[in-house]
Amino acid sequence: MAAEKRVVFRSAWLPWALLAPQAAVIAAFFFWPAGQALLQSLQQSDAFGTSVQWVGLENFRNLWNDPGYLASFKTTAVFSVLVAAIGIALSLLLAAFADRVVRGSMVYRTLLIWPYAVAPAVAGVLWFFMFSPSIGIVSYTLSTTFGLDWNPLLNGDHAMTLIVMAAVWKQISYNFLFFLAGLQSIPKSLIEAAAIDGARPWRRFWTIQFPLLSPTTFFLLVINVVYAFFDTFAIIDASTQGGPGKDTAILVYKVYYDGFKALDLGGSAAQSVVLMAIVVTLTVIQFRFIEKKVTY
Amino acid sequence: MVERRPTLGILAHVVLLLGVLIVAFPVYVTFVASTHTAAEVVQAPMPLTPGPHLVDNYLRALQGGGQGAGSTASVGRMMFVSLVSALIIALGKIAISLLSAFAIVYFRFPLRNLFFWAIFVTLMLPVEVRIGPTYKVVADLGMLNTYAGLTVPLIASATATFLFRQFFLTVPDELVEAARIDGAGPMRFFKDVLVPLSMTSVAALFVIQFIYGWNQYLWPLLVTTDESMYPVVIGIKRMIAGGEAQNEWNIVMATAMLAMLPPALVVLLMQKWFVKGLVDAEK
Amino acid sequence: MGAIAIRDVVKRYGKGAKANQVIHGVNAEIADGEFIVIVGPSGCGKSTLLRMVAGLEEISGGEISIAGRVVNDVEPSERDIAMVFQNYALYPHMSVFDNMAYGLKIAKVPPDEIKQRVDKAAGILQLHPYLARRPRELSGGQRQRVAMGRAIVRQPEVFLFDEPLSNLDAKLRAQTRLEIQKLHRELGVTSLFVTHDQVEAMTLAQRMIVMNAGRMEQIGTPAEVYARPATTFVAGFIGSPPMNLVTGRADGSRFHVDGIALPLPGPAPRSGELIVGLRPEHAALQTNGAPGWPFTVEMVEMLGAERLVHGRVGQTLFTVRMDATLPSPALGAALQLQAPLAHLHWFDATTQQRV
Repeated sequence: MAAEKRVVFRSAWLPWALLAPQAAVIAAFFFWPAGQALLQSLQQSDAFGTSVQWVGLENFRNLWNDPGYLASFKTTAVFSVLVAAIGIALSLLLAAFADRVVRGSMVYRTLLIWPYAVAPAVAGVLWFFMFSPSIGIVSYTLSTTFGLDWNPLLNGDHAMTLIVMAAVWKQISYNFLFFLAGLQSIPKSLIEAAAIDGARPWRRFWTIQFPLLSPTTFFLLVINVVYAFFDTFAIIDASTQGGPGKDTAILVYKVYYDGFKALDLGGSAAQSVVLMAIVVTLTVIQFRFIEKKVTY
Repeated sequence: MVERRPTLGILAHVVLLLGVLIVAFPVYVTFVASTHTAAEVVQAPMPLTPGPHLVDNYLRALQGGGQGAGSTASVGRMMFVSLVSALIIALGKIAISLLSAFAIVYFRFPLRNLFFWAIFVTLMLPVEVRIGPTYKVVADLGMLNTYAGLTVPLIASATATFLFRQFFLTVPDELVEAARIDGAGPMRFFKDVLVPLSMTSVAALFVIQFIYGWNQYLWPLLVTTDESMYPVVIGIKRMIAGGEAQNEWNIVMATAMLAMLPPALVVLLMQKWFVKGLVDAEK
Repeated sequence: MGAIAIRDVVKRYGKGAKANQVIHGVNAEIADGEFIVIVGPSGCGKSTLLRMVAGLEEISGGEISIAGRVVNDVEPSERDIAMVFQNYALYPHMSVFDNMAYGLKIAKVPPDEIKQRVDKAAGILQLHPYLARRPRELSGGQRQRVAMGRAIVRQPEVFLFDEPLSNLDAKLRAQTRLEIQKLHRELGVTSLFVTHDQVEAMTLAQRMIVMNAGRMEQIGTPAEVYARPATTFVAGFIGSPPMNLVTGRADGSRFHVDGIALPLPGPAPRSGELIVGLRPEHAALQTNGAPGWPFTVEMVEMLGAERLVHGRVGQTLFTVRMDATLPSPALGAALQLQAPLAHLHWFDATTQQRV
């Protein structure tokens, strides 16, 4: 993948000097810790960290047998599917309409992209505030107008709904941008040809534009899943802290909790390694498929 | 727009406006909450129009020391910490990456492919996956509660290097040859030609990295225990403690507004480059 | 002074057994002030040769010397050359003035002298109105002039041109060609000009080097190359429409082609397998009924002042150029061609060399 430039400079020492800062930083703060995580996942230390035992794959076996971990896996899977599906569907809808609008599409774009700037932590706080059982304005409306007894502090499903909404809200702008760019890059002549062939807008969208968007859709699918796995930590910590109980403790949250609150270093490291494997797989899939350009 | 379908056009506007409203709603609520007293906010339903306490609340937030149940650190200080961290991360990453991408694209040297792949690998693992051991490294180096600890580990990923590499590959070879004939050595070429040509990418990356740095949560949570080194996104979370009624929600909301302001400004002001950078980056 | 000597120059890519040799021993002695055009089809190695003179490509074998100094290991900026690229290679973010001044700035030429030299070059090329503009605000022709201006200010021993007219439209190409000729008359700097267009070669060259597949087929003035091509490649490459080449067996005063015996006005230089060449403008349709070469008309193209009659001699495609005022031959007509001895070129059928 290291594509070649025909023209290069010749120097024995300069490239090394140029690479040194980045190499140093990633050696110390990426490769060394990643290696350590791998090592620790194969060890178990006591609560005081004074003795270390080599336990091989036992930490991983424990994970597999731990109902809490498996529950967390399920929670993460549900969460990411919901966030990805709803996020993509909503932003596709908005992008499709924004593409259609002749005047003002740039204004809509401006108005829809700024949630990208909002910190996940802040998003978590905002949504928590709005949906807070006793003081939240939306909860109030739900209970008085719809008779819905809303309580994310007690009800696991409500809590999950809350974090899904917050996560989707934040991610809409990112997805929207890509879908809009993708739609705008489809040659107008294709759509005109379809119209002349008699296809109406709804049909045109599904038979021409959507298939041509497939690389973008696939790309966003992977991005959204990775986002749901990792970038949502702050949302969860700010709103439900993984609760009630462990109903919203996604995998990355569990890594944090076990490593820093429960101080189970071996288990936490093993979980990190599993997460690493998942991310690497997802990224490899993304690069392989994107490079091949899913087209019809 | 291929045919005249006025109903569809109207529907489009309706849907888009609805989208804009839904997107804006949480922030509107936040803004309103930040202009009332704590008691008014906590009493459901909260009023839906702004109140008169805007200046009071924001001043109190900035100075800190209120009566909330959670943290009462000065938001002003936290904004400063966030600003410095975000700038260091954005500028640091850009500087390091320009140099690395230059080395990888324009030179041949042994282990070049190894470096390329090593840098590429860092794209794949966000900091959340290596928190434990990275924390230990930072602690061992005595970097807890410092700007260095907050920023350097986050400069380790190579998104920027990759982007610059993609860009450098599109710079015509003839420019290098012309520069060579003109007598420019590699660093001269870098300074006089390559960097000026990269400015659009630099601008786009700056927006993305600034927001990334400003919004960092998990990492600062781990490496700062001292209130004076909290970035504002951590500060907000810490303000909410215990049950809902005991927090000074109006101050919390004011803090939220303040926390959203700088990144939103950066995005809006540099919107053009930002969109271009995001969309081009993934090609 | 600015003489260039190219001696046994060879270019190889790769190493050892898998090496790919693309230039096979080129030799040329170029005098100071000469305008030399290197012409040939795509991939013949002409740009590679030019870039070796420039120092942008390594010389795998042989040596190149400029102004009496062997420059094989000398950096481009030290060779006292200047280059005009096909894609202009102007620094997009610098003004026209800065583009022209860049090389001088690096060489630490004092600012007054820089301004003076840029002014002079801008005057020659009429660039004064554009000095403050960026390349993207200029048209293709203007950009090419800036590229030439950048070369002129360096006051080098040698100008190198790498297909500089290829990106211009036809009208601009003709215009810029004249400007380059004018420039050479005024400045008298040794110039190496690479092109694939034989019209450019014929009009600009004092001498030209015709290259094919990494070999130098012929070096000579345009007149020499046109009148006495050294190989069938040169014969077919120079001249438009190209020279007709017919393969057959010579036997005294007859030339046997596809079972037909073509009468020759005089004996062939030797007998055996030969290729005979005749330019379309030298072939004429026989009007007086005397025997000539049998020619079947297949198509006639009307070009305005002249007509191109395409047909066959035996099985071989053959083109004749005739004046448009004469009546057009009918399609399918079987005619006789005159083949004047003075304009027949003979080549060996195996070596393709002139006999």
